[in-house]
Amino acid sequence: MSKKDSEYLINRKDNQYEVVIGLEVHAQVLSESKLFSTSATKFGAEPNTQVSLVDAAFPGMLPVINEFCVKQAIKTGIGLNAKINKRSVFDRKNYFYADLPQGYQISQFKDPIVGEGKVILDMPNGQKEVGIERLHLEQDAGKSIHDLDPQNTFVDLNRSGVALMEIVSKPDLRSPDEVNAYIKKLRSIMRYLGTCDGNMQEGSLRADVNVSVRPKGSREFGTRCEIKNVNSIKFMQMAIEYEANRQVDLIEEGKTIDQETRLFDTKKNETRSMRSKEDAHDYRYFPDPDLLPLEVSDKFIEELKNDIPELPDDKKKRYIEEFKLSPYEANILVSDIDTAKYFEEVVAKMGKNKDLKLAVNWITGELFAILNNKNLEISQSPVSAKNFAILINLIKNGTISGKIAKTVFELMIDGDKDPQKIVEEKGLKQQSDPKALEALIDKIINDNREKAIEYKQGKEKLFGFFVGQAMKASGGKANPQLINEILKKKL
Amino acid sequence: MSDITKQSLTELVENIKSKKLSSTDITKAFIERSEKSKDLNAYITEDFTSALDKAKKFDQKPNLNLKLPGIPMAVKDLFCTKDVKTTAGSKILNNFVPTYESTVTDNIWKEGGILLGKLNCDEFAMGSSNETSFFGNVQNPIDKDLVPGGSSGGSASAVAGQLTPITIGTDTGGSIRQPASFTGTVGLKPTYGSCSRYGIVAFASSLDQAGPMAQNVKDCALLQEVISSYDSKDSTSVDFERNQYSKELTNDIKGKKIGIPKEYRVDGMPKEIEDLWQKGIQYVKDCGAETIDISLPNTSYALPTYYIVAPAEASSNLARYDGVKYGFRAKGENLIDMYEKTRSEGFGAEVQRRIMIGTYVLSSGYYDAYYLKAQKVRKLIKNDFDEAYKKVDAILTPSTPSAAFKIGEKTNDPVSMYLNDIFTVPVNLAGLPGISIPAGHDSKGYPLGLQIIGKAFDEQNILNIAYAMEEKINFKNKITDWWIK
Repeated sequence: MSKKDSEYLINRKDNQYEVVIGLEVHAQVLSESKLFSTSATKFGAEPNTQVSLVDAAFPGMLPVINEFCVKQAIKTGIGLNAKINKRSVFDRKNYFYADLPQGYQISQFKDPIVGEGKVILDMPNGQKEVGIERLHLEQDAGKSIHDLDPQNTFVDLNRSGVALMEIVSKPDLRSPDEVNAYIKKLRSIMRYLGTCDGNMQEGSLRADVNVSVRPKGSREFGTRCEIKNVNSIKFMQMAIEYEANRQVDLIEEGKTIDQETRLFDTKKNETRSMRSKEDAHDYRYFPDPDLLPLEVSDKFIEELKNDIPELPDDKKKRYIEEFKLSPYEANILVSDIDTAKYFEEVVAKMGKNKDLKLAVNWITGELFAILNNKNLEISQSPVSAKNFAILINLIKNGTISGKIAKTVFELMIDGDKDPQKIVEEKGLKQQSDPKALEALIDKIINDNREKAIEYKQGKEKLFGFFVGQAMKASGGKANPQLINEILKKKL
Repeated sequence: MSDITKQSLTELVENIKSKKLSSTDITKAFIERSEKSKDLNAYITEDFTSALDKAKKFDQKPNLNLKLPGIPMAVKDLFCTKDVKTTAGSKILNNFVPTYESTVTDNIWKEGGILLGKLNCDEFAMGSSNETSFFGNVQNPIDKDLVPGGSSGGSASAVAGQLTPITIGTDTGGSIRQPASFTGTVGLKPTYGSCSRYGIVAFASSLDQAGPMAQNVKDCALLQEVISSYDSKDSTSVDFERNQYSKELTNDIKGKKIGIPKEYRVDGMPKEIEDLWQKGIQYVKDCGAETIDISLPNTSYALPTYYIVAPAEASSNLARYDGVKYGFRAKGENLIDMYEKTRSEGFGAEVQRRIMIGTYVLSSGYYDAYYLKAQKVRKLIKNDFDEAYKKVDAILTPSTPSAAFKIGEKTNDPVSMYLNDIFTVPVNLAGLPGISIPAGHDSKGYPLGLQIIGKAFDEQNILNIAYAMEEKINFKNKITDWWIK
């Protein structure tokens, strides 16, 4: 596929428009306690049960930085191939809202903890580099609940003060597909690092999406609109699609685009104006005087670097070189850390005489199908990597056929049973004794003399009939390869 | 025993240790005098019953190894005290009872101190006369209808009027030293980072410091020894080796070099202040120290800098008082309306003025011209002191440009009110320790104070200089008990 074919363009009469997208991803730091307090961060707890005096902004309460969250942010920065800033500053972003107890959010404005970096996306037409502008640490706000009572709003402060990493991309993305790949890549990297669980349903990963359009070939950026707080990749893609078309329509009508903040209505599948540039909050950022500038030493950063596991890009490279997998196969296996872990465990358990291709086919085929069916993550797989490896080996050494293996696999699911035992107990072992098979085939040829003659006269299609009869007679256990050989000889 | 309330902290501690007095005796005496002193309006919340219980409990099993064994004291109502209402002098916290204790007060109770009650102060510590308190003016024991200074006005009045043997205040731009000067008492603002800010209602975070207020320098040193501690709950707390300030206290200051900054000779300063300063210079010389003329060239920018930095921080610090979680809430049509009514009715005029100034200087388009510039000037002011301290060990200045004024005299002229802090504000901007000691009287017999400014974390040195000067000055506060009927 040429680059041209894959370009995402919006067509109107004689004009073509390119879409320019930049993302501000809010990723919840994987940490047991909050950014500036010791409260727990568990998802789904009873409202207002994970709130300290600091989180609720009681008089005289002061923030104290959680060193673990700092480490998590730096690790993520390293994973994004980014510059780690040895000195960063926490600022106050001031605004009033009922679920913002302090009346300000502690964030990093001018001096973020992580500077420029990059992420590589694997697109169907090749690799694409997306620039990272910065990553900074900030507090999450609480949650306002408007639908429990007709008169009142309820506030849950469990999330108040939870650490977030805001990862700001450069305006390098050009299509909904690239956004999909970008979010998945970020998520993958952070899950490898253990810095964010990437769970979008629980709100651990959300994004503000900046969209603008420009005539194809133009170098100038158009006026952008920011779509706030979109919490699934599908919605991001739908919002971009809608918003880009809306902007193009305005241009085509000779109208101008107002820079504004918009909301995506998931029910109506449209974006709506939330506030214009003129109404934009003046957040009155200034350095938080309760916190000293955050300074980290080279040694601190080095130690974290040594702690970084093999990341998806490197892993992919290794799978291709070491296991001779295709880039496509490698990609599937490395994109999620748990899949990679499962695969590597299977590889280890298969021992010396292993068939990697077979294992990969079975993981991406049978295993994925079962997981999909049962709506399970690979980490919850009903078949352990150990038993999975045994099954692959049973196929590889000819103990069972691929067809029988599917039956065995079905039986393994319930209680992670040992495939070896299933084969023995159910007598599913492949018949590979040539003498026994010859006797079996002799009988079949004898019972079907007419067909055998027809075959010899040139009706070659009948070969399949004999294979089928042989398999049937053996209860499906006959080694198909041997059956073929013997039949050819005998017929 | 002669009048218990006239005794200094040091005397009271000795009398408890030698069992001449019980904690109950002392606590009763201060409660009785406090009861008779309602006209001073020094207290916002009295906690007398509980104080007596604690005193009795102490006497049953007295631990005489403590630094403040069974000593009762009232504290500024800016310190959060567990289960005791804490208002910060504001209507917006009129019903607020903390479930927690500030580190500074906790340090006091751990050393045997007993809470008498919470003392009046300017609302959110914003004021120089204690006239902005929601709970009304505080009278200066020196004379009727005289302000005690602010914002720790209730604290100063209570110490001068002997309602409490000692107390603690907070000082953001002079709120300990100015009222100490107005009431003839001793007040120390420690180095920024010396006393934890945890549990103190915040005014301006980068300037706020708690500190002791007392009848004399030794008492002040003892209380500083108790309240100063490193606290991991305050990120700006500094982990330095703290002196045993009272034990190491000495009047031997021979050979110390004391700087006299020419910029503190401001236009229109009354002659009696100049005379007092000259007397102070003579006193330190008499103690064997040397005075050296120095220059702090950016002094004149300190007040405008302060009135940008402090309101900026305050505007943000006070955003949490929104009627949502605790404190006063006015009814509103919707969230915004509730905010507006709560904050308009809950905050007084001075607090609202400072929130507006602070909001303005942080606004987009004004930030660089005001806040950022102020931060740069603040650095210059600090550099001035750093330069000076290459040549001198401490700096001597007047504490205030005038003696205490009458209630109502300056309420309609905020700038003239702000000018009161002209000598104290640079010390906060530079994060340095400063102490005010009573050094004389003006023509009306009102006390006047001198300020000694030290190097960072060098509280011991300025306490020593103050101690030596105190002996030479031999100041006597003229308290007539005019308010007691």
